[in-house]
Amino acid sequence: MNIHEYQAKEILAKYGVAVPRGQIAFTPTEAEEIAKEFLKEGGGAVCAVKAQIHAGGRGKAGGVKLAVTHQEAKKHASEILGKVLVTHQTGPQGKEVKKVLVEEGSKIEREFYLGVVLDRARQRVCMMASSEGGVEIEEVASKSPEKIFKQYIDPAVGLQPFQARNLAFALGLKKPLTGKAVKFMSALYNAFVSTDSSMAEINPLVVTADGDILALDAKISFDDNGLFRHKDIEEMRDLDEEDLKEVAASRFNLNYVSLDGSIGCMVNGAGLAMATMDIIKLYGGNPANFLDVGGGATREQVIVAFKLIMSDPNVKALLVNIFGGIMRCDIIAEGIVEAAKDVGINAPLVVRLQGTNVEKGREILKGSGLNVISAERMDEAAEKVVEAAKGV
Amino acid sequence: MSILIDKSTKVICQGITGEQGTFHTRQMVSYGTRMVGGVTPGKGGTDVDGVHVYNTVAEAVKNTGADASVIYVPAPFAADAIMEAVDAGLRVIVCITEGIPALDMVKVRRFMEGRASRLIGPNCPGIITPEECKIGIMPGHIHKKGKVGVVSRSGTLTYEVVDQLTRLGLGQSTCVGIGGDPINGTSFVDILEMFEKDPETEAIAMIGEIGGTAEEEAAEFVKKNVKKPVVGYIAGVTAPKGKRMGHAGAIISGGKGTADEKMEALEKAGVKVTRSPAEIGNTVLEVLKSM
Repeated sequence: MNIHEYQAKEILAKYGVAVPRGQIAFTPTEAEEIAKEFLKEGGGAVCAVKAQIHAGGRGKAGGVKLAVTHQEAKKHASEILGKVLVTHQTGPQGKEVKKVLVEEGSKIEREFYLGVVLDRARQRVCMMASSEGGVEIEEVASKSPEKIFKQYIDPAVGLQPFQARNLAFALGLKKPLTGKAVKFMSALYNAFVSTDSSMAEINPLVVTADGDILALDAKISFDDNGLFRHKDIEEMRDLDEEDLKEVAASRFNLNYVSLDGSIGCMVNGAGLAMATMDIIKLYGGNPANFLDVGGGATREQVIVAFKLIMSDPNVKALLVNIFGGIMRCDIIAEGIVEAAKDVGINAPLVVRLQGTNVEKGREILKGSGLNVISAERMDEAAEKVVEAAKGV
Repeated sequence: MSILIDKSTKVICQGITGEQGTFHTRQMVSYGTRMVGGVTPGKGGTDVDGVHVYNTVAEAVKNTGADASVIYVPAPFAADAIMEAVDAGLRVIVCITEGIPALDMVKVRRFMEGRASRLIGPNCPGIITPEECKIGIMPGHIHKKGKVGVVSRSGTLTYEVVDQLTRLGLGQSTCVGIGGDPINGTSFVDILEMFEKDPETEAIAMIGEIGGTAEEEAAEFVKKNVKKPVVGYIAGVTAPKGKRMGHAGAIISGGKGTADEKMEALEKAGVKVTRSPAEIGNTVLEVLKSM
């Protein structure tokens, strides 16, 4: 699960990570009021108005602007709010901005990158730092990996001060900044493990003219499997940022991912679902979705799954691919028949059943009166559904 | 022979009194697995179809001489259950549970350092040595004793492959589902090493998917250490970047872990890679014929 920058900063602040003062605004007037607070000292002060969407690349798309007066902050907010931002992460359709973060600005002397991730190969949490702040870390990793410094953390003892010092000195920091960096990194690690994060990125991490270390931007993603013990974080979920169909599917324990093809897929098991998408592509078609109904799909789940697939206007044909294991094919076939009648499927339906009680299952489909195109093998099913999608 | 488990393996079930634990204990017993006991804290002294239930794993091991465990404990308590099994010295621990927090698994792996237990999973279908011992949730009847070793990150896709092999008359030596989570107990490399040493295994089918670098590491290992023919398939060529495809571990992040990269690495290592999931069985048959 992802959250907004302002939410990430709220969480980090709670764990003692230094972040700039800031507040969220939903209207230009609110933005102006907040800016007044930050700018009232006058003389050289500045504040930032930052679009809050989940995608990165906001600055380049015109979603982050600086203001030196509160009138200017209001003007920026009115331009950014309601605007559809198109960045390299939003896709061409862009993302509408519904709130802005108004933040106190600071004089930046140096910018760094600091990130915490789960390293799958080493099975450890890894803290990474780079002197290349403000740039995409993937780019640094591919062009100049020697500029990324890493420390792997033993979960039994957590991040040790010497590890944080290693990173701070590698970045070229000097005393007394190193002490502040150690404090910052320890707090960030604590925030990461205490919230079951899967990724936390401070990019850029800045050193200010006043000698402070601050998280100028912050991004956190959470491990979905850990959310059950963080109800407060789950409440931060912003449904505006998510695919409505994916959200609806997750309520019924279905894994659904929208794609842009024309063949709707319903499969049991994630690996088989991916393999089904791949074989459709191999036969010249394009999958409209990834949909895993789980190892033992119930009739209700199958109905919801059909509804989800049919709600996509691009779908020209459907492929159901079920490998009946513990779940018998005849039970699944009955579910398909009932669900298909309930939902009223008006596109060609190819069903491929395999596994336990497959003969019975196929008989049920045949005798159902439904216009089902039956297939025995996966490749045969793919060929038939691609053909059917062309015919409509 | 086979790898990891055979007809002499004595198995206990952690979480045996839960719905899943009870159902699958019955399935395993009817397949012929030697289910010698179960564990549910607080239910010690009861039984499930004659399988005695203990309060702790240590007690179950002491009384039954079990050397393997299968875990059906709900995700919030599963890491604790794995560590209990490790502490009791079980040789093979199979964790079926899906949805364990990744940071819990980081702790589990740290706890396992320097101890002899082998963890399979979590979030996996389990292991089966056909006609001898089934530890997991796979449908037993699609398997057939044979000479192909199967190792996979997924569940139903493994059944698909097994079914293809059985229909072709090939059968399997042992099938291992290593699971779909980012942090797990056993890697492709671990299993490939065992299959290479197993005299009954003549060819290996390896089923990977997007995310992480486990397949790349496997490719490296095959190049240096595996003489038996290996057939590979990677699911997720059409998967979009940044989306979790069902399994917690199946995600292309930062442009890394794509199916194409993995297939290329495997091909370079001499693995016979097929792009069609319907052709995995036939590809194994071909490599065996050409031997």
